[in-house]
Amino acid sequence: MTAPVRRVFLTPAILLMITTFAVPMIIVGVYSFMSRGAYGGVTPPFTLENYTRLFDPLYGVILLRSFWIAGISTALCVLLGFPLALFIAQSGSRKNLYLSLVILPFWTSFLIRTYAWMFLLRDTGLINTILQSLHLIGAPLPMLYNDGAVILGLVYGYLPFMVLPLFATLERLDPSLLEAAADLGARPLETLWRVTIPLAAPGVRAGAILTFVPCLGTYLTSDLLGGSKTILVGNLVQNQFTTSRDWPFGAAASLVLMAVAILLMFAARRKGEDLL
Amino acid sequence: MKRGLVFYAVAAYLFLHVPLLILAVFSFNSSRFTMWQGFSLAWYREAFADRDLLESAANSLIIAIAATALATIVGTLAAYGLWKHSSGAASRAIAGSLYLSLVTPEIVTGISLLALFQWVFRFLNLRLGMHTVILAHVAFSVAYVVTVVMARLRTFDPALEEAALDLGASHYGAFFRVTLPYLAPGVAAAAMLAFTVSIDDYVITSLVAGVDSQTLPMAIYSLARKGVSPVLNAVSTLVVAGLGTVVLVSERLRAR
Repeated sequence: MTAPVRRVFLTPAILLMITTFAVPMIIVGVYSFMSRGAYGGVTPPFTLENYTRLFDPLYGVILLRSFWIAGISTALCVLLGFPLALFIAQSGSRKNLYLSLVILPFWTSFLIRTYAWMFLLRDTGLINTILQSLHLIGAPLPMLYNDGAVILGLVYGYLPFMVLPLFATLERLDPSLLEAAADLGARPLETLWRVTIPLAAPGVRAGAILTFVPCLGTYLTSDLLGGSKTILVGNLVQNQFTTSRDWPFGAAASLVLMAVAILLMFAARRKGEDLL
Repeated sequence: MKRGLVFYAVAAYLFLHVPLLILAVFSFNSSRFTMWQGFSLAWYREAFADRDLLESAANSLIIAIAATALATIVGTLAAYGLWKHSSGAASRAIAGSLYLSLVTPEIVTGISLLALFQWVFRFLNLRLGMHTVILAHVAFSVAYVVTVVMARLRTFDPALEEAALDLGASHYGAFFRVTLPYLAPGVAAAAMLAFTVSIDDYVITSLVAGVDSQTLPMAIYSLARKGVSPVLNAVSTLVVAGLGTVVLVSERLRAR
């Protein structure tokens, strides 16, 4: 294909990516080194203060907590997602149906799925109502507005992100390897531990990155299920750009989030693995 | 082990689907409390009588249709361009930035677009509104379109296009009359996915929307922050049923 023809196909995307991705990121990058203006906005002088503030104890705790919650949620997604992916990969002709059943909730409104847990977990929600009517508990259990609820919401929301790449690697797994392990006297669990799981490592890595990055930057889940108690870095960023109007500080926090996402992506790329 | 896995899978599917089913069941409850009292459509009637909700639903539809159309055109052309010529520097840069935009946390995309719009508004007399939301939605959904169309292109035999060229078709003629018809199911599936991500987005939208462009997710969000309400259950059920249908059709098209 000749160069001018190629240009016609690629130009709209190039223009779009420059204006809505490259330029905004550069603006955020520049803002992160500036000072807060008197009425919001940004002004010179250039400073590193936004970054040092991000790592001082007050905000460092938020950063650490975000990593902690994202890490726990990702680990739970691996633990819960692996057997499910294994089940789908081994289910022969029904594979596509079972896979669709995982994808379906993933595409049907993250917001509403988060709200569904508010409905279940709140003091007068279904779980507390049932437990109380069975006289198993006297007072309602405080299940909503804490870290546990946030982790639950994240696991519920991002489990499909984990299952898809896991399924992709497990499906490609050569069944003769498993037969060989069995022939050599390995019990099923031993085969699982010593053959299947090591061979699925690329899928685990891809899934872990696809889960960890959005969990780390979560805003919606922590806001709705964590209430005002669970402030994570995503909420911090949102806050700086809305109510607090400290754009430079919010920009610095965004760039830290972005840096983590890029680092993880390159770590996966280095190993020659495709995430999607 | 096999039986254990089946039991586990059943439990996992229940975990994934039951919360939404419960929400749907209780949207038909005549009581506003979490106790089943009897079947009623009262909350649906109330939802359809709410001007605020209807207006935001209309906004969401306008935005999603406009953004989907633009993202599908740009994304399909880009996927084809990348497929044709994946080794060039420009192609690698586009592929890389599309990929990066896919893994960028939503909140970061949102604030960076807000920063962009506010910066541009210094020079132009514009404000946040439907147009900024549409542009933001095109920006984040185009990567999905490219991914889906690209998957379809991988199954396309380039010899078909070469045959068209040999028979005297121009590059554009070959694209529009041979390649694009073959890609059609993939393009349709991509459009539907773009539509679902657009109509569902809250985080980015809430940052770049103006006073006159509240979307349905924004309305749902502000209701949810106030707490659980049966009207919200009804709205949620309608949205999930609508989006579920779109996704099922899209999956069908993709599997073709």
